[in-house]
Amino acid sequence: MDHPFPHSSLNRIGSSRSKASGRNSIDGSDSSGAIANLGNLAFSVEGSRLSASTRQRYGSRGARSDGFASQKEISDEDARLIYINNPEKTNKKFEFTGNSIRTAKYSILTFLPRNLFEQFHRVAYIYFLVIAILNQLPQLAVFGRAASILPLAFVLLVTAIKDAYEDWRRHRSDRIENNRMATVMLNGHFQSKKWKNIQVGEIIKVCANETLPCDMVLLSTSDPTGVAYVQTINLDGESNLKTRYAKQETLSRMPEKEGIEGLIKCEHPNRNIYGFMANMDIDGKRFSLGPSNIILRGCEIKNTAWAVGVAVYTGQETKVMLNNSGAPSKRSRLETHMNREIVLLSLFLIVLCTIVSTCAGIWLRRHRNELDFMPYYRRKDFSQEKEENYNYYGFVMEIFFTFLMSVIVFQIMIPISLYISMELVRLGQAYFMIQDTWLFDEASNSKFQCRALNINEDLGQIKYIFSDKTGTLTENKMEFQCASIQGVDYNGKKASLGEPDDHPVIVERQVLRPKMKVKTNPELLQVVRSGKKSKEGKHAYDYFLALAACNTIVPIIVETQESGLRLIDYQGESPDEQALVYAAAAYGFVLIERTSGHIIIDVWGDRQRFDVLGLHEFDSDRKRMSVIVGCPDKSVKVFVKGADSSMFSVVDKSLNSDVIRATETHLHDYSSLGLRTLVVGMRELSSLEFEEWQSAYEKANNSLMGRASLLRAVAVNVESNLSILGVSAIEDKLQQGVPEAIESLRQAGIKVWVLTGDKQETAISIGYSCKLLTSDMTQIIINSNSKESCRKSLEDAKTMVKKITALSASALRIPVALIIDGTSLVYILETELENKLFELATACSVVLCCRVAPLQKAGIVALIKNRTDDMTLAIGDGANDVSMIQMADVGIGISGQEGRQAVMASDFAMGQFRFLVPLLLVHGHWNYQRMGYMILYNFYRNAIFVLVLFWYVLYTAFSLTTAINEWSSVLYSVIYTSVPTIVVGVLDKDLGRRTLLKYPQLYGAGHRQECYNSKLFWLTMVDTVWQSAVIFYIPYLAYRHGTVDGSSMGDLWTLAVVILVNIHLAMDVIRWTWLTHAAIWGSIVATFVCVIIIDAIPQLTGYWAIFHLASSGLFWANLLAILVTAMVPRFLVKVFNQHVRPGDVQIAREAEKFGNSTGYSALDVEMNTISEPPQER
Amino acid sequence: MMDMEVRSTSGAGGGTPPVPVNLRRSKAYYRFTQQNLPACKPVLTPGWVISIFLLTGVIFMPIGLIALHASQSVVEIVYRYDTECIPESFRSNKVAYIKDSSISKNCNQTLKVQKHMKAPIHIYYQLDNYYQNHRRYVKSRSDRQLLHGLNYNATSSCQPEELNNELPIVPCGLIAWSMFNDTYTFSRETAELKVNRKNIAWKSDREHKFGKDVYPFNFQNGTLVGGGKLNPRVPLNEQEDLIVWMRTAALPSFRKLYGRIEVDLEADEFIAVKFVNNYNSYSFGGEKKLVLSTSSWLGGKNDFLGVAYIAVGCCCIFISLLFTLLHVKNPRHESESSPQDSEIQMTTR
Repeated sequence: MDHPFPHSSLNRIGSSRSKASGRNSIDGSDSSGAIANLGNLAFSVEGSRLSASTRQRYGSRGARSDGFASQKEISDEDARLIYINNPEKTNKKFEFTGNSIRTAKYSILTFLPRNLFEQFHRVAYIYFLVIAILNQLPQLAVFGRAASILPLAFVLLVTAIKDAYEDWRRHRSDRIENNRMATVMLNGHFQSKKWKNIQVGEIIKVCANETLPCDMVLLSTSDPTGVAYVQTINLDGESNLKTRYAKQETLSRMPEKEGIEGLIKCEHPNRNIYGFMANMDIDGKRFSLGPSNIILRGCEIKNTAWAVGVAVYTGQETKVMLNNSGAPSKRSRLETHMNREIVLLSLFLIVLCTIVSTCAGIWLRRHRNELDFMPYYRRKDFSQEKEENYNYYGFVMEIFFTFLMSVIVFQIMIPISLYISMELVRLGQAYFMIQDTWLFDEASNSKFQCRALNINEDLGQIKYIFSDKTGTLTENKMEFQCASIQGVDYNGKKASLGEPDDHPVIVERQVLRPKMKVKTNPELLQVVRSGKKSKEGKHAYDYFLALAACNTIVPIIVETQESGLRLIDYQGESPDEQALVYAAAAYGFVLIERTSGHIIIDVWGDRQRFDVLGLHEFDSDRKRMSVIVGCPDKSVKVFVKGADSSMFSVVDKSLNSDVIRATETHLHDYSSLGLRTLVVGMRELSSLEFEEWQSAYEKANNSLMGRASLLRAVAVNVESNLSILGVSAIEDKLQQGVPEAIESLRQAGIKVWVLTGDKQETAISIGYSCKLLTSDMTQIIINSNSKESCRKSLEDAKTMVKKITALSASALRIPVALIIDGTSLVYILETELENKLFELATACSVVLCCRVAPLQKAGIVALIKNRTDDMTLAIGDGANDVSMIQMADVGIGISGQEGRQAVMASDFAMGQFRFLVPLLLVHGHWNYQRMGYMILYNFYRNAIFVLVLFWYVLYTAFSLTTAINEWSSVLYSVIYTSVPTIVVGVLDKDLGRRTLLKYPQLYGAGHRQECYNSKLFWLTMVDTVWQSAVIFYIPYLAYRHGTVDGSSMGDLWTLAVVILVNIHLAMDVIRWTWLTHAAIWGSIVATFVCVIIIDAIPQLTGYWAIFHLASSGLFWANLLAILVTAMVPRFLVKVFNQHVRPGDVQIAREAEKFGNSTGYSALDVEMNTISEPPQER
Repeated sequence: MMDMEVRSTSGAGGGTPPVPVNLRRSKAYYRFTQQNLPACKPVLTPGWVISIFLLTGVIFMPIGLIALHASQSVVEIVYRYDTECIPESFRSNKVAYIKDSSISKNCNQTLKVQKHMKAPIHIYYQLDNYYQNHRRYVKSRSDRQLLHGLNYNATSSCQPEELNNELPIVPCGLIAWSMFNDTYTFSRETAELKVNRKNIAWKSDREHKFGKDVYPFNFQNGTLVGGGKLNPRVPLNEQEDLIVWMRTAALPSFRKLYGRIEVDLEADEFIAVKFVNNYNSYSFGGEKKLVLSTSSWLGGKNDFLGVAYIAVGCCCIFISLLFTLLHVKNPRHESESSPQDSEIQMTTR
């Protein structure tokens, strides 16, 4: 079983990089909130400055993607000064922390106080503690000391042992981590040193495939251009390689030979993984350092022989450690309701105590003259010289003490064991969800993960699902499908897999071949093969050159088993780019090598070297990226690719309007096929333009302040007057079983909303292909550019919906779909229009939001969550879904292609979207039913015991005597009745999996709160009063005026209560496995054994009582009468309900039991469509 | 009603996804993890409901009749003597009478036997409105001292009867202090009726709970005498009246065994009882009764259980009839209800 609480230091990072910011996503709006999102996540430490501005409005414009690292000069007091290769001086003024880490919470000395402190954060425990303390006062001593402390001590001990074990494991992993060896420069030589002894300022050398011991600034690497590739899988789970650079100034310095001296002035440790801000002074030159110059603890160096750097942050101050905090905890809906009922129970408890103390007061008043000599009260103590009141503190105090004592006696009215039972049951449920083979993703070999353990039962009440599109509904495996080059459409219909040896690339007598094969269009292939001779060939040449060059992909050569053959694996941060580069390779433009200075592309066997003169990275404002390339023919070209909206504004429209028009038509065609499109453009720079650009670029690059905005200005300048090359279209394949899953969810009464960053056309077409939208739906589309037009379209839409519902009231309902884009949402969310949108959206059966920013996603979730009681679920896979996942009641992360940020922020994680169906319809239903029943049962179980005690108190002159001996009352909720409720809470199933999947409508039980509601609670309580009265009064009347002693009576009541509550449970159990049998009957046997053991101790008053009792027929006759009489009303109500007004669940259960086999075989066929999706979507 | 749900682990369900090889360790374990353990699913069909109620009724009625019969067969004489045994002159101030040790507490009364009473006839004293289950009272004892005597001195629970004149009291505590001490002697015509006062306490108490070599010490020596005195030369485990008294009653109206008459008493016989009315129940409004009773397998005379069984049995039979009627009038054929039917019902809800 996967450990539900990952404790390893490295896998809990709330990382926050947007998938799209690195990917140059087609339309870019996916990423527009990336930084805002980041601010939201790293909120608590330093992101607040950023997020403060962006949180005002969930708008895509709010986000500013300035590299804030370079925006301000670091003042001395804000900075940490690091003298390179001089740890003594570095640490002289401020002692920086060492590099040893500590994830363990406790040491041997602090364990007890700290652990207890943490455990007592629970109000329930404090309640128990207060009661235990009250009981220690001699005036109030109801139970013996041991008996009063035992239950609390037991619970504390079990939790403490669990915590201690977990902490011991953390200690062990810390020790291993701290004692790893690193190569550190000492006295001019590299020597090995333990990780924990590394100091800030030391120079460290890391070789290929080694893990970094601390955060360090790169000085030089084995690559002459200073590039180092790092894998950040431990940090953010992204398996692709990222590039980091050493500064030119430090590159050539070999610390071994000549030594290096300098000063780094950097910001104080913070948890922002993607931000770093520093200056470095070397040889009197000062230059700035950014996030690309630092490599972080936990990363691994790949593809680079060695890297040398200087330690800047160590140990607990490294970014990975600072990010090592858990996800915020959520509380389940059922538990919230339960707490409401617990308040009721407390009131009930107070009422009982008040009754007892009032009656006691009246009794004392009436007997006030007799108390002194009454043999069973004896107020006066005559043993001393002077007669004194014995244990009597006056009338008022006696009443007060009686009240407190009754609280102690009736304490278990508040079911403290319920909290522990619930935790255990959830643990069991989580175990079963994790083990379920239906939730096992074979493709990625990943099990279901339960990251939050306290909201299992919420899965059974979900009303709204908010789903991301890319990577969630789709596979996020991009495949190049179509190309439109200079207005000519080469679509993928005739595509076929090209022969691998069509155009072999031979380097050093080794054949190189791209790792992934791409379908090619033979027509286009022919055009490309013809070379630059024809006009089309020329265009195609530029087009594919742009695809191969304009990216940040790193080709990595992988050896294969086959000799003479190597594969090229294109590594990069964006799957779209990967798809484009693979496509270019398939058409003969194979990217072979990339350094920071040049790329080598093999064009049909001709190796060409292009100098990369400059690269303008993708940002969400421009929504495009560009590269300036020096071609072999000495010309300088700028290649640009980006989202259509941003590209058409920089295209030179005068050049070829026909081509542009044709391209626009193709664009529209492609996106309505659900393809992700990208426009590629190019311009040749004249030498004047180039020089102009170069000087501006260098100036911007070396500037200390506002570098990012300067660079952007340079980019905008050069990305103009482009000639359009063409359009690429990439297919994002729908995941297996998505349409069927959506259909099932819809039948289950769950509304599925899709929130995507994609274009409207793409979103709608995906909506059709996953059957979210159907042709009989009326679509309402809102695209507005101002608040006024938003208001108007919302109002129009509302009247339209009204009209439609009025029309369709008589006949079948016409479903309405609402499609709204991010721009409109800017004017709607967090304004007074929100309510209008809410009313409109809830009236529609489908809502599709396109081009939404991450924070807008959260805003939409909040729109529903804040206005209804309905449960919301958000599912997504990328960093841009994190805010929405955290906002929703239940957050689900898809552990897919795009790193693990979503998983890290989620409550549950799984491999495929279609797993939602078994998760919600099966496990959710079960969890909800089990938990709801268990809570009610626990209320009943404790209340019945308290009431039996209460009835007896009425016959003891209200003096709070308990006939049931104190050990039995302590063991009641610990041993006698605890195991069956947990076993039933984990194992019972009201319906089988097949039935639940076949009839998604059964999920409605959770929506209607059928298993836990106020009515059920009150019914249960009334039943409890009846049952307790039966338990008390049958023996009372049968033994009245008899010789029976208190202990025997107590034993009878103990056994009667325990057997009754177990029979009660047995009556409600639906599926009896051997475990259920063992738990229920075993508990009854265990109770008998315990009572016998207690009664075999001569020092206790009740010695041998049970044997005397059990030898009389009266006892057994009483027991039988109690059990039957107590159960009759409940049984009657149950069968009457089942007979006269059966619920869905009841009908389905009977169908499951008696349904003929033909019905089931039909069901199987139906189900296959869900579980085993069709080959073609 | 009970059938076993057994599913094959793979494939037969049609929908079960292929089992990963590493999970195919043990079939039973796999079934457990997939929550597919063989189970029986009882469903309460009308037939079952009717038969359950009918069966319960059929079982309960005879038990009730037997219990009622047993209770009826018990012959019981209850005689309240605490008011009768006070001379007319003291009727207005009973407490003064009982506290005055100079007045003789003897009192002679005659009881008439209504029915033939078969030996053994149990003699009980019954105290009403006497809270032997009061918290202050039940706590005021030391079970360890009863077993170990003076060797055990952590007897703080016995307060306020722990020490007297700085010396420990054995047996300590309010319960022992307030021991019942009325005595009864019975005679029939002229001959005295022998009362066996042995074996009235539990054997387990005599053997294990009360010490063999623990003798009463410093008992009832205080200024306030609560009840009976004990012979200091008899060990506690032979002081059966004390042992009986120390088994505190569950309810405020209780009987305790005094002895047994081991001869039959004939109907219409007159029995003379000589009471020694020592015990002060007057100061708090308690009542004292003498009870002579035969016994049955069900204990003493108490019709309640028999009546209760008959009542519950009747109810159950009535309910089963009601259900039969309901079922006949408005039948639901579970066995024929196909999933399609239920689907329609569900969607139309």
